[in-house]
Amino acid sequence: MEHLNPRFVRAVRWILRIFRLRFDPEPDVCPTSAIVPDNLIWPRIVRRAFSDPQVTHESTGVHGRGTEEVKTNDVTNRVGIGEVGYVVEFGRPTIGVRFRDIEKMTMELAKLGIDFESRNPVTHMMTDKTIGKIRDDILDEKILSAIVEFKTPMQMMASVLHQIEAVSRTLDTVVALGVSTRCDEDGDSALDSLLLEEGFAYVRGKTNLGLGRAEAS
Amino acid sequence: MTNTLHRYGSAESLDDDYVVFAIPARGLNERDAPANQRRFLEIARKHHPLNMGDASHGAAFRPSKDLNPSVHWHREHRCDFDAVLNSVSSPTTVAAVFDDETKVVAFLKDLKKADLGLSINISARLDKARACAKSAGLQRHSVEYSLGFFGQTDRMADRNTLELSTMCGHGMVSFGLVRKLIDWIKQGRRSPEQAAATMARFCSCGVFNTTRACRLLRK
Repeated sequence: MEHLNPRFVRAVRWILRIFRLRFDPEPDVCPTSAIVPDNLIWPRIVRRAFSDPQVTHESTGVHGRGTEEVKTNDVTNRVGIGEVGYVVEFGRPTIGVRFRDIEKMTMELAKLGIDFESRNPVTHMMTDKTIGKIRDDILDEKILSAIVEFKTPMQMMASVLHQIEAVSRTLDTVVALGVSTRCDEDGDSALDSLLLEEGFAYVRGKTNLGLGRAEAS
Repeated sequence: MTNTLHRYGSAESLDDDYVVFAIPARGLNERDAPANQRRFLEIARKHHPLNMGDASHGAAFRPSKDLNPSVHWHREHRCDFDAVLNSVSSPTTVAAVFDDETKVVAFLKDLKKADLGLSINISARLDKARACAKSAGLQRHSVEYSLGFFGQTDRMADRNTLELSTMCGHGMVSFGLVRKLIDWIKQGRRSPEQAAATMARFCSCGVFNTTRACRLLRK
């Protein structure tokens, strides 16, 4: 930070304006160090937890969006062979989302009989997981992004994906969708062909290399 | 760290984009995680990554607290790998970004030998990640697919902006910042390299690929 005198900066800007020029500081620098984070209280504090990547989600102990998904599947065995893990992410990229929109999706998904991942920050905000209800006092809070996680047997994948696609059209934000599974002993994934059959194209993703292991207790 | 899953772009556009990261499983292998994560970064450094980061403490491209007005005309855009290595102090996610498959394979071979016990993932084109793993003598354990964006996609930016902005999945590289830097390049006020480094400074996890950004900005 430059810690410049605000009066000096204002004067420079004023003079430049006379000549129709603009003072355009280097991005990431507030010349007068004027940007200071507020101390937030409930319910507004959820905005920080779901928007600042350097804040740890207390519910899961994980940074960013607070999820481990299949990134640690080699240790946790969270998603097994024949199962599909889902990461339904709201508000990304940079659009943002209100919890009210997330609740619309979780309540529709709950009707399919799915179980929401317990080690997930959005699940921690639910008052009734069986119907996907999120606590009322945060429904109008806007956050940068949040992820809903759950898993189903592979046979349910098509209906779940099409349901997500349909509900997302009714929300006032964007939804980024990811699915995951455990590979077989040859490293093959049953989802490779299933996704294409259902009309879902993919290029990129995450590949867990299976090098993790739990510590001896 | 889903922040690397949904990068926008065609297969060709993602050709030189590899993020390798290490993450401990909460409650299962966290005890030695900081030491092992430092080791991960030390090994990564040997293979000349473009960027490196610790999700809790920042990336190799980072803002400075000691700037003066001369930064408006001259600012050094250097990678501070030491700062990343020295700041790892608690279980977190650490990442290294590469633009070359051969470097990734060599890095994975070293990681296999080091046997850190952390979960190691590659975020890249799935076919390329599988090929890298195979070349390093590893088998895929699990795989996660990015199926793209749904819903009100008309609220998203244009394709060129998205390709750059989505390289920070936490949304720290805003559409507005990308547009502003593209304008500055067109006006000759910044080079593509300077603009890429500026964007990378906003991505605190260190997963922004500056080589890909430069390539896209030159277009």
